[in-house]
Amino acid sequence: MTATTETARPAAPQAAKRGWRQSPHLWFWIFVGPFFVGLVAFVIVPILWSVYLSFFEARNTVTPTEFVGLRNYATMLGDPAFRSSLGTFVVFAAFIVPTTFAMSLGLAVLIHSVRRGKSFFRSVFFLPTACSYVVAALIWRGSLFSGVSSGAANSGLSIFGVDPVAWLSVVDPPWYWLVIVTARLWLQIGFFMVLFLAALQRIPTALFEAAALDGAVGWKAFRYITVPQLKATSTAVLLLLLVNAFQAFDEFYNLMSTTGGYPPYARPPLVYLYYTALGDGQDFGNGSAGAVILTLIIALFALAQGKLTGIGKRGDD
Amino acid sequence: MSTLTVGQRRGAIGRYVILTLLTLIFLIPFYLLVRNALSTEQEITAVDGWNWFPAVPQWGNLSEVFSSESVPLARSMVNSMAIAVTQTVGVVLVSAMAGYGLARSPVRYANAVFYTVLATLLIPAAVTFVPTFVMVSTLGWVSTLRGLIIPGLFQALATFLFRQYFLGFPKSLEEAAQIDGAGPWKTFWRIVVPNSWGFAAAVATITFIGSWNAFLWPLVIGQDQSSWTVQISLSTYVTAQSVNLHGMFMAALVSMIPLLLMFLFLQRWIVAGVEQTGINE
Repeated sequence: MTATTETARPAAPQAAKRGWRQSPHLWFWIFVGPFFVGLVAFVIVPILWSVYLSFFEARNTVTPTEFVGLRNYATMLGDPAFRSSLGTFVVFAAFIVPTTFAMSLGLAVLIHSVRRGKSFFRSVFFLPTACSYVVAALIWRGSLFSGVSSGAANSGLSIFGVDPVAWLSVVDPPWYWLVIVTARLWLQIGFFMVLFLAALQRIPTALFEAAALDGAVGWKAFRYITVPQLKATSTAVLLLLLVNAFQAFDEFYNLMSTTGGYPPYARPPLVYLYYTALGDGQDFGNGSAGAVILTLIIALFALAQGKLTGIGKRGDD
Repeated sequence: MSTLTVGQRRGAIGRYVILTLLTLIFLIPFYLLVRNALSTEQEITAVDGWNWFPAVPQWGNLSEVFSSESVPLARSMVNSMAIAVTQTVGVVLVSAMAGYGLARSPVRYANAVFYTVLATLLIPAAVTFVPTFVMVSTLGWVSTLRGLIIPGLFQALATFLFRQYFLGFPKSLEEAAQIDGAGPWKTFWRIVVPNSWGFAAAVATITFIGSWNAFLWPLVIGQDQSSWTVQISLSTYVTAQSVNLHGMFMAALVSMIPLLLMFLFLQRWIVAGVEQTGINE
């Protein structure tokens, strides 16, 4: 596909390229066209439309009414609720990203090190992946961390004589964070554990044998062999975790909101934008400005990560 | 294991103890789900003492959730099934072709197209829900299956995964076909696709799980009850005024059955698919 790959490897037999060479543009669009047209229509055009809408007043209508320049951006950035939603994300990500990373890696190393029952343990920890965030939120809110004494967590605490805790309805202390992060940890650890397990299986055992001869076993082997060998997977996992954290919506919405609405705390950006754009106000102008601000922040993170990880380079084939 | 030293054996036992404890912790939520789904409302909310199991399993809860008028569980499961199946077939088809084109085409701008795909992958789709909603509502697709299915057919991640997979697909097979005079179209369907079922099935199962569990987009688009998906129906149980815990847990359990069945039969493929995602390379 690129000049670099073709020169990097021995020239392929002429016949192999004949099909693609006869009408390369036609063939390219036959294969890629359906996907690319859809991507443009349902992802790229909406992004551009959103940028356009963000400069207009557009309430209760998707047709922009009045050009307001950067006012929507100023409104959003000056809005303490929007800024606090960005703050909520930072707190959430700063905890969930390293914790999931460490726990899924630890679990993978643990499973990789046992001789029997590997596939059993892998299945158990991977099983929550089949659970939706909605179902997990129902279990967490309705049974595990329900504020009444019959909740599982409160029943456990009562053994030690601790009074029932109102997990989700007190702000001080903020027990709701414990409920939110444990739900996500339970749901996503298994998935990332499988990625780490796959990478661990690819490390040549000869490396560990050679290191063992030099006296590197246990923690030393982990530090000097496992960690460097997992570098590519680790950076990719970190990027996925960050993007996932930015997209947090399902469990926040289902754990925190009631028919009465959503409490002013623990509101990540997507929840805030959902209520701004699609709530009573139907404020698409401000909603779009908020989406653009968020997209820019994510794009910055992604670009920085992409530079570090080199995802998409063709050096991997 | 006579080769193990005492210390190694002790370490192994310790690892099994830790793994068993973690297994129990990971299974608690599933236990609570099943226990509550088969309990009476009184047993779930009992203040005096903990019930490990319902005294009598309440199978009647099952028919109760399907006859509820406020939450259309049966209808929303049919909707979810239609959406998940269509999206899975569509995504695999569209992304496999695009991935093959991006991996094999000699045209110069293929790279530019690929980087565009990659950029939309790194910008989370959920952030674009406002403009996509505006777009879809302009088309008049709110509360329709079209609106729920079509925007989800163009998955940058699936295309990225297929491209990575096809880059590693042995070229010699295709070359043999091309020497026999087959064009790219014939080569793709006769040679490449029949040899890629395993990977396609893995992408399909991951897509199916994602589609079945999707929440934000169905919440935005499914404004009439007739277009609710199963996740939306479940969500209304929590935010509803009258709390009906046994119904809520039974509905949640029912909602998981298609995926649990799939896990039972396709577990190996799902895990293999995650392992093959190509991000480990």
